[in-house]
Amino acid sequence: MPMLYIVDRRKNPTGKSLGNRQRFMRRAKAQIKKAVEDTIRSRGITDITSGDQITIPGKTLKEPGFHHAGRGGNRNYVLPGNKKFVQGDRIARPQGGDAGAGGSQASPDGDGEDDFQFTLTRDEFLDIFFEDLELPDLLKKSLKQTTAFRNARAGFSVEGTPANLSLVRTMRNSLARRIGLRRPKTTEVRELEEKIAALQAKAEKRPNGKLTKADEDSLHGLLADLEEAKRRMKAIPFIDPIDTRYNQFQQIPDPNTQAVMFCLMDVSGSMSEQMKELAKRFFMLLHLFLHRRYEHVEVVFIRHTSRAAEVDEETFFYSRETGGTIVSTALEEMKKVLKDRYPNDQWNIYAAQASDGDNYSNDGAKCTSLLAEDLLPKCQYYAYIEITDEREAEIFAAAEGETALWKAYAPLASHNPRFALKRVTKAADIFPVFRELFAKNRTEARL
Amino acid sequence: MSTKTKSSEADNGKLLFTSADWDFETLKATYDAIEDIAINELKLDVYPNQVEVITSEQMLDAYSSIGMPLMYHHWSFGKRFVRDDVMYRKGYQGLAYEIVINSNPCISYVMEENTIVMQALVMAHAAFGHNHFFKNNYLFKQWTDAEGILDYLQFAKGYIAKCEDRYGFDAVERVLDAAHALMEQGVNRYSHPEKPNLAVELERERERAKYEDETYNDLWRTLPQPDQGDQDMDELKRKMRIEERRAQFGLPEENLLYFLEKNAPSLQAWEREILRIVRNIGQYFYPQKQTKMMNEGCACYVHYAIMNSLYDRGRISEGAMMEFIDYHSRVVFQAEYDDPRYSGFNPYALGFAMMQDIHRICVDPTDEDRKWFPDIAGNNEPVETLKEAWAHYRDESFILQFLSPKLMRDMRMFMIDDQSTSPHLEVAAIHDDNGYRKVRRSLARMHDISVREPDMQVVDVDIRGNRQLYIQHTEHEGIRLEKAEAQMTLGYIGQLWGYGVTLQAVDYETGEILHEMNYTPEDLATS
Repeated sequence: MPMLYIVDRRKNPTGKSLGNRQRFMRRAKAQIKKAVEDTIRSRGITDITSGDQITIPGKTLKEPGFHHAGRGGNRNYVLPGNKKFVQGDRIARPQGGDAGAGGSQASPDGDGEDDFQFTLTRDEFLDIFFEDLELPDLLKKSLKQTTAFRNARAGFSVEGTPANLSLVRTMRNSLARRIGLRRPKTTEVRELEEKIAALQAKAEKRPNGKLTKADEDSLHGLLADLEEAKRRMKAIPFIDPIDTRYNQFQQIPDPNTQAVMFCLMDVSGSMSEQMKELAKRFFMLLHLFLHRRYEHVEVVFIRHTSRAAEVDEETFFYSRETGGTIVSTALEEMKKVLKDRYPNDQWNIYAAQASDGDNYSNDGAKCTSLLAEDLLPKCQYYAYIEITDEREAEIFAAAEGETALWKAYAPLASHNPRFALKRVTKAADIFPVFRELFAKNRTEARL
Repeated sequence: MSTKTKSSEADNGKLLFTSADWDFETLKATYDAIEDIAINELKLDVYPNQVEVITSEQMLDAYSSIGMPLMYHHWSFGKRFVRDDVMYRKGYQGLAYEIVINSNPCISYVMEENTIVMQALVMAHAAFGHNHFFKNNYLFKQWTDAEGILDYLQFAKGYIAKCEDRYGFDAVERVLDAAHALMEQGVNRYSHPEKPNLAVELERERERAKYEDETYNDLWRTLPQPDQGDQDMDELKRKMRIEERRAQFGLPEENLLYFLEKNAPSLQAWEREILRIVRNIGQYFYPQKQTKMMNEGCACYVHYAIMNSLYDRGRISEGAMMEFIDYHSRVVFQAEYDDPRYSGFNPYALGFAMMQDIHRICVDPTDEDRKWFPDIAGNNEPVETLKEAWAHYRDESFILQFLSPKLMRDMRMFMIDDQSTSPHLEVAAIHDDNGYRKVRRSLARMHDISVREPDMQVVDVDIRGNRQLYIQHTEHEGIRLEKAEAQMTLGYIGQLWGYGVTLQAVDYETGEILHEMNYTPEDLATS
């Protein structure tokens, strides 16, 4: 006789396929990486923190085998649902020749060449994003972590662990209940017992060993009272489960402050698309970093040529302007926005400026004074990254050449710890700027 | 037994459940009611059942590792998982209501989201329908070891994980990729081996490692040098040489994986073991591929009979019955050829229709049935007749034996003749007196795995020269291999073999070599 076992497997650890998924990711790594880079390009700075659906070409994931070709040769097959055919009828071959699908006789493995679409988790996405930024592992880990929490008291609850039992509350409830239900106190019971004992002693003293009628009645009364009291004591517990209260704690996100991040960029013709792409990586990383540290992060985009304007992200990265380059206009704009919307005492202010280093020759001094007097005192950190072409970089290194902006900023950076200056030619150069940022903020973070 | 029947009669008319939700008590009670019908009424013969309740996520997990509860790791399973995951989350595709494993005890997975009606359907379908089929069909009896499969998979998983630790992911992945590509050529089609005993397999692996440590392959060490007199050797002598060689390697060999496992000169012991693991798993699934339609037909017939009996006994309500009929009719739906939903014959639909048709022939035959099926028409033993068929046939032979003219008419089957030289297709036969036998033969061939899958064999090895391996594809009716895939697969064979490989397409009738494909190892010059 067959036996039955019903097993509840729902509590078993899930994610049995995790190993398979990791192997799959390894296998398709090159394609996934390319897809992620495409996504980053099309994605806003601020939504880097979610995972994403990506599509990779199915070809590389092909699992071949020996199979019959979908067409050619002589074959016969049976189909259901005949409506009008009789034996000997001729049917035109389904259209499409060698290109299209063969109507009802589409090859069973036709989907093999389709693009392959799937969703990356946030961690997987960030791992790939971090890959060529050469971040140290510790930093990767802290960036991937979501907000930290701390426990805060949040009243009392009727459920909890014994360790959290609130004695005061529990006893208070117990007392109220005992009074409400008229549970006799131990002292009352003792009094009754004493009275009974006294009466019984009195009886023994009397010659016939009996009490007077009145005393007899009161003894009976007292005995009845005692019995009733004992019954009530038994029925009404001293502490009932409904009395218990537990301290409750709530997870509070910590830290809990806001920051604003200014992205400044030179968008004149000399900035190529690759340069902007690098700048975008830098801005993204900065945003990720700030997002990790602050509950709420706003981003302000200011672009400039010879004039500056606050714009939205799309315009910032993708529209082109012509004209000269006057950096101070952007700094003026930032100063204005700061004054209007981000009072220093409520906001942590971060700024990142990306440029190829060109500037109108007489503008250097103005920039320096704006920075030194108005902006740097308000900012937590101000990073300037100068993006150069890889080939150009070599020439510069050889010629000891410095750009106009670099010349102006360099002295300022040397004595101001909140100001960092870096030359970036490839994605891997971006991180050193952050190392400084992290080191500094450890000590003087203002929460 | 008699007391059980009595108690079950006493329960008649008592509803098993009234709401859609289930708990373990209702599940057990429902199972007991189903079991009573399956064992006492249908007299099914089943392995003990183990019903496991899982979440949809766990169902996805099981899905991606070819339905097995445990499986070694490979990227292709990960690929399936991420694809199914996307499809499921987007709602393009539902999940199977159940998965059933041919093991002893027979494990059926049911999803927690299912309603109790669905759970009843699934238990009747999997825990009794499939279970009976697994235990009684001759192919499963001959080919698979239901007792040992889970232990063996456990071993395979552990073994491959150990190899990954020792030899690295890449090395193991290379062997597995190659082995997977040849999985379909990893079974013996025509001569079935001894029924495998998977417990013995585990022991054997240990012995092989020991043996290989102690010996080396004498075959390759004593390679004869090519002698100059080769051309002068007369025809007879040369032929004898070829015969000798073939005998030495046991050629021709249809089981490519077996051949490579035994004879590939440069494989390590662990690589051979991985080939063997893939081969054993391929073989375990071979009967399922050959009996897909019958197996589903049997399970559908059983669940249909059981659910109706539950209803007749008053154990499930009319509402529950309606819900069941809704699921059931969706499962056994067959789209017609010109329907956009058409994607071949639905094995559930064809299987169920055939089982019901046999039932009808046994119980209520027409004159036509008496003529076509004199042995079973009107024998009034439908379940016994079906059980006999379930035990002794596979899809192809089952259709050839039991597909009735009435069913061909009902499903309006017609046969297309597709000659690549002709500009149009021809309707070769339809559901009429002239056509019945032709249609039936053609449909049976469509379900014949040896027709569906290409006919591949290892035919020769050039042991006197450059160790070139010769593989032959016997082309029937001019149907070629999918070229790009064949080229890639050939590369995998070459990788395992370690030397050049030639794939020859040979015409079945004339024996003439039609075309060739070659693989030359990249490092041939350096080695």
